[in-house]
Amino acid sequence: MDFLQTVIGPLPLADWLSWFCLVTGSFFAIVGALGIVRLPDIFSRMHGAGMVDTLGIMLMLVGLMFQAEDWIVVVKLGLILLFIFFTSPTTTFALARAAIYGGVIPGPKEAERLEEIKAEQEQAKKEATSSNT
Amino acid sequence: MTLPDISMFDVAAIAVLVSMALSMMRAFIGPTVFDRILAVNVTGTLTVLLISVYGFLDGRPEFLDIGLLYALINFIGTIAVTKYVKFQDLGHPMDGPDEGDV
Repeated sequence: MDFLQTVIGPLPLADWLSWFCLVTGSFFAIVGALGIVRLPDIFSRMHGAGMVDTLGIMLMLVGLMFQAEDWIVVVKLGLILLFIFFTSPTTTFALARAAIYGGVIPGPKEAERLEEIKAEQEQAKKEATSSNT
Repeated sequence: MTLPDISMFDVAAIAVLVSMALSMMRAFIGPTVFDRILAVNVTGTLTVLLISVYGFLDGRPEFLDIGLLYALINFIGTIAVTKYVKFQDLGHPMDGPDEGDV
């Protein structure tokens, strides 16, 4: 059981807290990056980017804070965290608006949607014929 | 109870590098330009974290200043590229005052 000397005095389990935050943040960063690669369209990929920005990076910055030896390091990490906290939703919003403006259709692709409409029409025909007979 | 021999910053740096590689993959194969902007934005945000982690790994947390600066430039750059793609212009909106801000 090690007591780490941090800026707020001797803190028990600071190393373990740091490990926990860094490993959890790494997990969410990798999962978010996988989401960016594997999700189907731009609006769902933004969800992966949001995972990386919020849980991944913020947890890792908090984990780094436990390892700081000086107040100014904690302040700088807090400033980076605050900045990412405000800019990540702004960027996502601007990008989503630009994508809508640029003609990206949210939801399933047009071919899939046409197939769905055809299937619905065929089903309606079948129902109509069965009700006639 | 002893901690494992590998440093926690090593783990964080490797995870960040893997995430950066994955998002750069999307930046290369992205079908639309917005996918590429999103992937490059995420890569830039992860670069901030990589710079911070490298500062701790090297025992020089002064690298955080560079990380803070990179975060600012990354945000401004993403907004500027988004606006340029949307309006083909950084100065004037094309469709009236409602579309002026990104």
